[in-house]
Amino acid sequence: MKKTKTGARRLAISGRCLALMTGMSALAGCVQIETPDKPIEINLNINIRQEVVYRLDGDAKKLIEQNSEIF
Amino acid sequence: MTKWKPTGLALAAIAATAAVALAVPSAMAQRDPAYAAARAAGQIGEQVDGYLGFATTPTPAIRALVEDLNIKRKAAYTASAQSTGSTVQQFAFTSGCNLIAQTKPGEKYQTPGGAWKTRDSGPPERDARCP
Repeated sequence: MKKTKTGARRLAISGRCLALMTGMSALAGCVQIETPDKPIEINLNINIRQEVVYRLDGDAKKLIEQNSEIF
Repeated sequence: MTKWKPTGLALAAIAATAAVALAVPSAMAQRDPAYAAARAAGQIGEQVDGYLGFATTPTPAIRALVEDLNIKRKAAYTASAQSTGSTVQQFAFTSGCNLIAQTKPGEKYQTPGGAWKTRDSGPPERDARCP
């Protein structure tokens, strides 16, 4: 009878320890991410370079000619 | 007699398909006279970005018409951008350069600064990157 009592106490202690450890790890694993308060601005003008416009000019002219119903 | 029935039906089906196929492109090619009128009146014009815009507050009908054309333009720009290895925006902008150049005197176009200007007999004010 005595043996089982000690065993039960040991089990209770280890259970408490486990609960404490779980609680601590939950605290340590908490990562906070803050959302930016300003909208992200992308300047689209940078994407259009003159050399690209010159390269696409022939295809653009063709597209307008062939699809006159939408231009 | 039994052979006649399916043949007749098939012929009717072919005729119906042909009628639909003929009707669709002709309806698409037909320009809404309201579009030409709004363009000539300077209510709508060519924007720098390759799409149509409103120089003055449009009627709901004109707005719907322009929005429909802009959707079709975007689809065309998207397809061309893919085949030329460019972005939709790059292709649309290059088209805008050409569309502004093609405006007729009296029609509206957008200047690089964003203002609406009426095309006169001289060359239009375009972005420095336009060819």
